[in-house]
Amino acid sequence: MWSRRHPVVTWQLFLRASALQKKRAVLTIASIAWGTVAILMLLGFGQGLRDQLMRGRRGMGENIAVIWPGETSKVWQGLPMGRSIRLRIEDVDYLRSRLPDVQIVGEITTWSATLRPGTGRTITGRVTGTNWQYGVVRNHYPKPGGRFLDPLDEQHKRRVAFLGDALAKEIFGAVDPVGKALNINGSPYTVIGVMQHKLQMGAYGGPDEDHVVVPITTLAPQLGRQYLNNLVIKVARPELMADALARLRKALAATYRFDPSDEQALGVWNTVESSKTMENITLGIELFLGIVGALTLLIGGVGVANIMYAVVKEKTREIGVQMALGARGRWVTGTIVLQGLVYTLAGGLVGGGIAMVLVALLDLVPVEGNQALELLGKPTLSVPIAVATAAILGLVGILAGYFPARRAAAIDPAQTLRYE
Amino acid sequence: MNWPFAQRDNGAPEGTNGRIIEMRGIQKVYDTGKIQVEALRGIDLTVERGEFVAVVGPSGSGKSTLLNLLGCLDTPTEGKYLLAGEPVAGMDRDGLAEVRNRRVGFVFQNFNLLPQLSALENVEMPMLFGGVPSRQRRERARKLLEQVGLGDRVEHKPTELSGGQMQRVAVARALAMEPDLILADEPTGNLDTASGSDVLSLLTELWRGGATLVVVTHDTALAERAPRIVEMRDGRIVDR
Repeated sequence: MWSRRHPVVTWQLFLRASALQKKRAVLTIASIAWGTVAILMLLGFGQGLRDQLMRGRRGMGENIAVIWPGETSKVWQGLPMGRSIRLRIEDVDYLRSRLPDVQIVGEITTWSATLRPGTGRTITGRVTGTNWQYGVVRNHYPKPGGRFLDPLDEQHKRRVAFLGDALAKEIFGAVDPVGKALNINGSPYTVIGVMQHKLQMGAYGGPDEDHVVVPITTLAPQLGRQYLNNLVIKVARPELMADALARLRKALAATYRFDPSDEQALGVWNTVESSKTMENITLGIELFLGIVGALTLLIGGVGVANIMYAVVKEKTREIGVQMALGARGRWVTGTIVLQGLVYTLAGGLVGGGIAMVLVALLDLVPVEGNQALELLGKPTLSVPIAVATAAILGLVGILAGYFPARRAAAIDPAQTLRYE
Repeated sequence: MNWPFAQRDNGAPEGTNGRIIEMRGIQKVYDTGKIQVEALRGIDLTVERGEFVAVVGPSGSGKSTLLNLLGCLDTPTEGKYLLAGEPVAGMDRDGLAEVRNRRVGFVFQNFNLLPQLSALENVEMPMLFGGVPSRQRRERARKLLEQVGLGDRVEHKPTELSGGQMQRVAVARALAMEPDLILADEPTGNLDTASGSDVLSLLTELWRGGATLVVVTHDTALAERAPRIVEMRDGRIVDR
């Protein structure tokens, strides 16, 4: 009976409590709204930055490692150290047979090829010869109307070229290059596709938007190359990378006769590992932004608590009267906590609305081409952010009401009733 | 006129011999840290059901402290207090709140109505704490206001009422939970002579209807209406 009466009485008292003075209520709600906007925008920017970093990291390819030949640093089976290791184009097929669960592509690169189109500007650029699987491994997706290399291109040593989007623009300008001719070091190629624009953080040799990709079977004979510049491998899940690399190292050590434990024989860039670091940095940034936002909100909460203290002080006599008439301390404090919570949540709703409008407005700002903005990303509101903000708001609201309420509960009706 | 307490079973609770107030050796010491103030130095007081008692005495004599103890707003340092047979001396805050709600109706010098509530809601307030269902609350409050002659002022806020009318609302509120005891603290202190005698008549009428009434007052006119006068001096009850 008593426990059931508690929420009812608290609610009834809340309904009967006189509203705050309008100006006070507006200021209180505004301070909470401001805190909410601050935390939502900071967390939103954090999320935007994270999304952008993730996208940038994925730009080069997901779960990949780049391997380049090195020099032995250990004596092995009677062979001296200091031998150069060179990887052959055929090694790709050999490694595929040894590591069937891993996607493997080889790359040969020429850094300053002459690129001369039928119509357009002649420039010097980078050309990569590789396998057709490179598109998936290194995230080279064609814009509509074009395609990437396919198995037949590789098999038939076709003279086809896939262009990075920036390079395509530099050579062909506004003209669609697909189907156009492009001379690479004097040999004619046909452009079959242009890469979709992508955000790329991390590169070796240069950003993907600036190179030409052709079949390795075409480029190698043209340049007279038999050695690879590097290998790129892709595993299905990040946790498989370490094992794949170990097996790859072992396979190559057997072929080229070097100590499998010789770290210098092969250079390895494991992006899975560096992405972990990146993940931690992003988390740190988000946490920092979140804390700054939460502190701003807390200041708003102090404002609410302050107002509620004033309310308790002004209403000391009324609270004393209610207690004299039989109200229990809990009912009175519950009413005050409820009041603090309502003001906080009202402020939170207003702030949430403002933040949503701001995010929508910022979304209208064009970022394409602006590198700083492209990197920063756009503030993004998400369900976890909403949940976190709501939780902090609730906590702040309860605390803002709780301490003033404790003061109210300590009111001695006998002291307050007799005198004006 | 039918007053609420007169309508119920008038038989005294078992074992109380019809006593509403029974105080034995009540002492109250205020410990302010540096000094101890002995406000009450051993009070023995018995009030039977249906009595009308005026408590008089100079300021500082302990009247207010006695009133606080009688109304369960405070607890004694020493002594035994039975309110309508219920021992209240050792109760905690919640327990006291419930006893106040069920057993005591207060009428204060400065009315102590809640300013933002209507007369009706003010009268409803003790019933809200007592868990009376809302429809019943409303009906009873309206009836009580009619009985004190304010049937046409039900929706008025206290600021829209005269002093005498406010005190009559307070009396109606005091009756809301059918209390065993009505405690009035200088009920006419803030009223002009006409309103004062008005409220006085109302209280007298309550008493005639069967109420047990304890009034703390300076007002000799009021004290003289009471058949029994208790005089206090220096924290003790003195014989007249």
